[in-house]
Amino acid sequence: MADHSHGHGHEPAFHATTKDYVIGFVLSVILTAIPFWLVMSGAIADKSTTAIVITAFAAVQVVVHMVYFLHMNGKIEGGWNLMAALFTILLVAIILSGTLWVMFHLNANMMPVKMDGMG
Amino acid sequence: MASTNLTEQYYDLHEHAHPDGYSTTLGFWIYLMSDCLIFGMLFATFAVLGGNYAGGPAPKDLFELPLVAVNTSLLLFSSITYGFAMIAMQNGSKKGLIGWLILTLCFGLGFLSIELFEFHNLIEEGAGPQRSAFLSAFFTLVGTHGLHVTFGSIWLVTLLFQVGKHGLTEANKRRLSCLSLFWHFLDVVWIGVFTFVYLMGVLR
Repeated sequence: MADHSHGHGHEPAFHATTKDYVIGFVLSVILTAIPFWLVMSGAIADKSTTAIVITAFAAVQVVVHMVYFLHMNGKIEGGWNLMAALFTILLVAIILSGTLWVMFHLNANMMPVKMDGMG
Repeated sequence: MASTNLTEQYYDLHEHAHPDGYSTTLGFWIYLMSDCLIFGMLFATFAVLGGNYAGGPAPKDLFELPLVAVNTSLLLFSSITYGFAMIAMQNGSKKGLIGWLILTLCFGLGFLSIELFEFHNLIEEGAGPQRSAFLSAFFTLVGTHGLHVTFGSIWLVTLLFQVGKHGLTEANKRRLSCLSLFWHFLDVVWIGVFTFVYLMGVLR
């Protein structure tokens, strides 16, 4: 019944290793360099395709940072760190998609002139 | 009852031990998550207003991607040097810790200098925050991130003195872990900034 890993544990919140940081760093450099290169060189002619690709790179890089730099996993703090992060991601997704949805519909309904293509 | 007893009854005079990895880092993490919501709102604002130039300059005319790339790499370097500082801390190397922290601080200050240089140029060109809704949203979002980096740097200097004076105490280790979360979190936010503000801006 009594779980000794609970309560005032003396272990640090995480144990970082050099390997983790180096892997995270190398991945981040790659995941940063490619989007910059794509936009600066215009390698993909279609702009919306480029936008989708760099968004995907950003999403992957956020996960890389969370895992290798912020040491997120389901174990530290009994999983509460991860729960809080997932909840926040959900809220941010609602804020962003909700805002864009409402505001662009407003734009479309209120503005008789054709607006500069956004997003 | 002596008055000291009353004082002790109502005020927490003694510093309690905060076992490392117990509640402080979780509490700090939850603060960071609330900070994340602030940035979420600012990103949403930018997404809505980012196309409203009011006849003024567009991102394509303003942003210099090579400069942004330099800034991004500075922040990324500061992330890994902070990581090495944490490893030095785990190994109990005070000298290593201080060295890596100073290097992290240099990268952080380099980042801030370039950002201020960029802001200065924009304002000189007449593209200040009052020029258009796009620029207001831009300065608010990027400026808020920059302010976070500024306060992170101040915190870093404070901890340098703390570690220098008191050494690698449990309290200092806890503080360094919190700043580690803060610093890496700012790098995560920057991923959003360079992708959605700068790269997408130039794509428009």
